[in-house]
Amino acid sequence: MSGEPRGGRIVVVGASLAGLRAAETLREKGFAGELTIVGDEALPPYDRPPLSKQVLLGRVRARDVGLPRRRAVDARWRLGTPAAGLDTAGKRVLLAGGEKLPYDRLLIATGTRARPWPNPGEAALDGVLTLRTADDASRLAGLLDAGPRRVLVIGAGFTGSEIASACRERGLEVTVAERGPAPLVGALGGTLGALAAAQQRAHGVDLRCGVTVTSLRGDGGRFAGAELSDGSRVDAEVAVVALGAVRNTEWLAGSGLAAGPRGVACDAGCRAFDMYGIVTDDIFVAGDVARFPHPLFEYQMLSLEHWGNAVAQAEVAAHNMVSAGPDRRPHLAVPAFWSSQFGLNIKSVGVPTFSDQVVIVQGSPQERRLVAVYGYRGRVTAAVSVNRAKWLEHYQSLIESGAPFPPGPGAADGPGPPLSPVPSAVPDPAVLSHGPSVALTGHLPDRRLAVVHHQDG
Amino acid sequence: MAQDTLFRRITDYAHRADPYPLYAELRRAKVARQEDGSYLVGAYHEITALLHDPRISSDTRERTDPEGPFPQDSSLPPSFIGLDDPEHDRLRRLAMRPFGPPHTPGRVDALHGDITAIARELVAGLRHKDRIDLVDDFAYPLPVTVICRLLGVPHEDVPRIHAWTTTVITSLDISPGEDPARRREAALAARAEMAHYLGELAGKRRGHPTGDMLSALVNDPGPEGALTPLELMISSVLLLIAGHETTVNLITNGMLTLLRHPEALALLRDRPELMPAAVEELLRYEPPVHMLPQRTPLVDIEIAGAVIPRGVPLILVLASGNRDPLRFEDPDRFDPERPDNRHLGFGSGIHSCFGAPLARIETQIALTELLHGLGPLRLAEDPPPYRSSPVLRGPRHLLIERVDGG
Amino acid sequence: MQIVVDLNRCQGYAQCVFLAPEVFELHGEEALMYEPTVPADQRERVRRAVAACPVQAILSGEQAVADVR
Repeated sequence: MSGEPRGGRIVVVGASLAGLRAAETLREKGFAGELTIVGDEALPPYDRPPLSKQVLLGRVRARDVGLPRRRAVDARWRLGTPAAGLDTAGKRVLLAGGEKLPYDRLLIATGTRARPWPNPGEAALDGVLTLRTADDASRLAGLLDAGPRRVLVIGAGFTGSEIASACRERGLEVTVAERGPAPLVGALGGTLGALAAAQQRAHGVDLRCGVTVTSLRGDGGRFAGAELSDGSRVDAEVAVVALGAVRNTEWLAGSGLAAGPRGVACDAGCRAFDMYGIVTDDIFVAGDVARFPHPLFEYQMLSLEHWGNAVAQAEVAAHNMVSAGPDRRPHLAVPAFWSSQFGLNIKSVGVPTFSDQVVIVQGSPQERRLVAVYGYRGRVTAAVSVNRAKWLEHYQSLIESGAPFPPGPGAADGPGPPLSPVPSAVPDPAVLSHGPSVALTGHLPDRRLAVVHHQDG
Repeated sequence: MAQDTLFRRITDYAHRADPYPLYAELRRAKVARQEDGSYLVGAYHEITALLHDPRISSDTRERTDPEGPFPQDSSLPPSFIGLDDPEHDRLRRLAMRPFGPPHTPGRVDALHGDITAIARELVAGLRHKDRIDLVDDFAYPLPVTVICRLLGVPHEDVPRIHAWTTTVITSLDISPGEDPARRREAALAARAEMAHYLGELAGKRRGHPTGDMLSALVNDPGPEGALTPLELMISSVLLLIAGHETTVNLITNGMLTLLRHPEALALLRDRPELMPAAVEELLRYEPPVHMLPQRTPLVDIEIAGAVIPRGVPLILVLASGNRDPLRFEDPDRFDPERPDNRHLGFGSGIHSCFGAPLARIETQIALTELLHGLGPLRLAEDPPPYRSSPVLRGPRHLLIERVDGG
Repeated sequence: MQIVVDLNRCQGYAQCVFLAPEVFELHGEEALMYEPTVPADQRERVRRAVAACPVQAILSGEQAVADVR
């Protein structure tokens, strides 16, 4: 580490949840030097989860989702100014306008953006949009306010499903097109995917699985409908492209860091790896853009698009940025996320995609209340609750202790012994429309996942 | 590792005023097996683990020996407090329908004005007194008036409610080794009379709603269907008793604690906005419910290096968990500004206190009105005489005097 | 005043909904929705909700970088 840990210059690239919490933690831990926070959006840090829920329902305006601060950070904020490059030898961040920001330590927290519709001409049609930013949400809420005859949602991951849920709640007709066998299957596997599909249909969604959208049709520059791979057509006035996220790493091309489409690789202490796999000591990574090894999941490199991971990893990264070697901490938080859609509160702990089997241990799909536990090679690796959140911390302790899978029977509202696990049926991400919100980038014998080679830089 | 005397000592009335040193002893044991075969747990993390463990039943009919400590009343089916999911969940949701979200989110908030008015009227009645019994003059009448109004019980029936409640609560006082048969019989009779009284009252509201919870329970069944008449009787007995009995203790313990901590009292007089956090700290420091005596493992449970066998009585000592130094810094200090106060005052998990929001605002308003409506006060005796129950623990009387010149 | 709720921590006890029903809402049986920007006349209720949250999941405070722009 160069210089005194609590002094010098720190630059944080990324002014969303992870960047903000990191900046606050730096000050809380006594960092007294110069702090600069760079963000590509002009808005102060805001919270994204409400954008696909309260905002689309018209209950909260997109500009009213600002994050509260935990403390003042006394920083120079460079908002509306994307970072364009990184010179690791000269220790400077290059901004889009050409300015160079020197640093002693750097935090990369540039997150992700929505994966765009692959055909730029079709993507430019009026009425075709993605949902990632507050501006996106504001536009989409406005389009929904206008009462379109039908909304087409392309991709049935969490974002796509939440959008469809908001549409139905507003009484709008909605078609959801998903290449995979069911909604949410990329994150939760087959059992809960089937529940999600049933729930969407029960709420009046025109759900089309196993199809792709082959083209978007325009009429005078306005979106008018789509062609599907099964030869069918959907007439709609709004198309929301919900194909998952792309990690914002292009600005790191040529930096020599292990950065690529799957994120920036770092160690458990959030220190970035360079392209040779050597850990740096002055560049740290946190949030959606990070790829890090997790001991509970066989040290696989995880990329998590999770709110809680952004907070927890930012805190660890910031702590380590101002701490000397032995005082540094590992980022060990158990991954967790939530989604609410079609009247269901879905919460997950662990990594459901890191599994070969799943078993329902409490409740049932019929009741729309359940807990499902996931296992990999005889160990509990994840649990998902549907309207049963109060039990989840029990299963988290099973994950943390590597408890045997399937767990023992005995839950008062369980199915009764013996529990019968079924294959978790997590598909290869390549067959999905929606990108999974957890990416495993190591190699599992039962899964066609490839080790990522870093060709960048 | 049988700790045959610990539970006896905890329930011994001699320790009612200060059970906390015994709780420290209990925490050291983590899981303490008693000579009668029951298990006591008093450490925070173990209690929360068990409260969120789906293999722990709240239904005492799951016990291998149904006549052990705290046996189930067998004349009426259990209320939802003594049932497991999915039945517990269904009954609790139906009872919640007229009380809170998602169906009636504004009910408790809308009571603010009423509760404040009742509290002010009671405080006004105390002003001319030199010596106040906080329990009889204030902490009892406030919540009982509120719960009766909320449920739709006529105010003139409060004395009957009081008598029944006292009898039912007394049956929870069983100390180990004591023959509980007579008290249980009386409690069963009181509970049955109360159930019939509330059933009749609800019947009168059918078709003639008066804006209260009983009216809503009989007239607005919701998509899942209504409670059956028997379920309605049993649930409303629970709501009526639990809806005021514990709040009496919370308000009384609150005033006792503030008078024992003049610096905290002064702080709250100066900064009334701290009252909500102070009430949370009271719920940690002197909770109205000291233990949950009705749990039973459905299978052998491994915890803290011990095994709690299937079917044994399992007693979770919440008040001990609240003072666990492994969870709370300086746990024996009363700190109205304590950060991250995830106390167990209302339990945790699916059986967490149904009426918690009501107890919270009643206590916030009660203490605020007492602090601002009366001059300087002091305890006339400390410790006060306690009610006999080690479970629902609180003073029977709390004598308070005005300080001259106030 | 801005708020954010850590919905990983939230277990649906809904104390906030009881105490500040115009800001917090139970959407379905268990999912919590809320208004991140607290109206001035709801601040006292929200403070009560923050204190009462059994899992201490509600963060309230000034908007981050309220001074920018």
